[in-house]
Amino acid sequence: MALVLVRRLPLPRLRTGVGVQRAMLLTGLVLTALFVLTAVLGPALAPHGYAQLRDTEGLFGSQQHPSGSHPLGTTIAGYDVLSRTIWGARTALLIILAALLLSVVPGTVLGLVSGYLGGRLDRLLVGLADALYAFPPLLLAIVMSIVISGGQSSLVGGLGAAACSVAVSFVPQYFRVVRAEVIRVKSEPFVDAARVIGTGPWRIMTRHVLRNSVRTLPLIFTINASEAILTLAGLGFLGFGIEPNSAAEWGYDLNRAVADVTSGIWWTAIPPGLGIVLTVLGTTLLGEGLTDLADPRLRRRTDAPVPPADGGGDGD
Amino acid sequence: MSTLTQETPGAVATPADGAAGYGFARYLVVRFLLIIPTVLILVSLVFFLMRLTGDPISAAFGDRLTPDQLQAKLHQAGYDRPLPTQYLDYLRSLATGDFGRTVTDNQPVTHVLGTYGAATVELACYALLVALVIGVPLGMVAAAHRDRAPDAALRLFAILTYATPVFFVGLLLKLVFAIWLGWLPSSGRASTGVQLFLQDQTSTTGVYLIDALRSGDGTAITDVLRHAVLPGLALGLLVAGILLRLVRTNLIGTLSADYIDAARSRGVAPLRLVTHHATRPALIPVVTVLGLQIAGLLGGAVLTETTFEWKGLGYELAHYLTVRDFPAVQGIVALFAVVVAVTNFLVDVAAALIDPRVRY
Repeated sequence: MALVLVRRLPLPRLRTGVGVQRAMLLTGLVLTALFVLTAVLGPALAPHGYAQLRDTEGLFGSQQHPSGSHPLGTTIAGYDVLSRTIWGARTALLIILAALLLSVVPGTVLGLVSGYLGGRLDRLLVGLADALYAFPPLLLAIVMSIVISGGQSSLVGGLGAAACSVAVSFVPQYFRVVRAEVIRVKSEPFVDAARVIGTGPWRIMTRHVLRNSVRTLPLIFTINASEAILTLAGLGFLGFGIEPNSAAEWGYDLNRAVADVTSGIWWTAIPPGLGIVLTVLGTTLLGEGLTDLADPRLRRRTDAPVPPADGGGDGD
Repeated sequence: MSTLTQETPGAVATPADGAAGYGFARYLVVRFLLIIPTVLILVSLVFFLMRLTGDPISAAFGDRLTPDQLQAKLHQAGYDRPLPTQYLDYLRSLATGDFGRTVTDNQPVTHVLGTYGAATVELACYALLVALVIGVPLGMVAAAHRDRAPDAALRLFAILTYATPVFFVGLLLKLVFAIWLGWLPSSGRASTGVQLFLQDQTSTTGVYLIDALRSGDGTAITDVLRHAVLPGLALGLLVAGILLRLVRTNLIGTLSADYIDAARSRGVAPLRLVTHHATRPALIPVVTVLGLQIAGLLGGAVLTETTFEWKGLGYELAHYLTVRDFPAVQGIVALFAVVVAVTNFLVDVAAALIDPRVRY
């Protein structure tokens, strides 16, 4: 399915987009690529480990000013700030993957079945989706983190809590979008044709309806990813995230930095904070750029000559 | 946050049958009754999730009491009964407005909600004010200069307010304005002296600004306002970005309407088109979608209050979580669920009143 989705990205439009939109999309792509690279190459880039307190020259020391050996100083616990910020990208990438997996699959399947079959199940699921959609994900994340790990988290526990709670508010979103598309697509002649020649409902759903209903999903992916990072960070900031010796997590580091800020220490707060901002900025710009390119209403009239022979744009 | 997607209505609207007045009354009742399952689902979810981890008493005192003492306490509080019984009991007391008692400091949860709710409401009001003052005019500017430099800059600003977690904004504001420049206090709702003064007043509301205004004390008013600036700004910016985008998108939609083309062809200036012709029809959907942001606002309030030691429900929630006081946590979360459900109801009703086409 992932391949289908990637092929459906409106990337060829990159050339035809308006200046601002193209700039946003490109910035988003660059920031996201940098983020993924940092996450993957983290161990090679970071001067120290995320839980490292000493090297051959002894302890790093607490709240050291930025210097040659620690370009961004050290935290109150004596960790190297630069290293923890770089390692934090890994945790962020993991939470994105976990949250996407837990949200996309159930949301799409439920939306497909609910939209295609309709009836009582459909009404029940719509009601359930509306109720869950309204709930602040952060509160749910807190409850989840207590359930999963009693609030003091290992890497898996913290990721699980954040991913589950993000899923609870995003499954309804995928559900709604896919369901609405499925309802539209299932009345198309080609679905009727498939039914007439005796294709079973499961095969119609997966082969004919699903592939034509996932067009808008990449846009939700990006929001889902942003929300996953922000929820994990919020959880960490409240003190319910991942323990520092299990992984580096930006929200936790910011939580530790609150007291530092009051005494005028900036270097423990700003790097992890910027990590969050740049990552979310990257995914959001990417999503925005894609939305703009995919949405003809948002294109400037003068800049959008009618593409010849391309018919209805991305309709299949 | 949801506003970044195009909103897709979940249910397919069916045309309302019968006379308009009757149809609306019916819609009102049905929509009101829908609050109950919404709250029920959320409250039940939280109840069972919390109980998965065990009972509140072991969670709070497990490591400090002997097994016998623990057993006695459990029995006294009824936590040794079967789970369905406890659940029904919990629902029954919720229905009568009894949220139970906190485990750690043994006070009624409703008392906690009453005491700290006012502070959260006060913070939310400041935030909404900031959001309106920043978001609406900037959204209008962006729409008027669509796809040109000001629009691009404002759009980036809106995305930045979304991408920056509210607690990081809070920390930055604190660092710059409270520590480096020393213009504003860095935390709390008021200075200690003022706080004591305000609590001594007869019949307090808990909303410090109202209490200070009623006391007529100039120092108290200034002090309360100075403490409100940074938290209000931090939370407000979050909503301002959303508002800006909403206003912009809706204005652009309205600006492409025929009557606007007509006005433009008569030579009305672009900015005047926005302010005098397009704003009012464009603001209606803004009001309703903004109402749906209440969930985000509450989540943001928890983080803002923690950043600025603003002693409201969010701050208390974080505190009770740290000491594993589950009844308190459950109570606060349940209250949030009710607030979200009721706000969504009001928003839907407002939308139906404004736009007669909205019916289920």
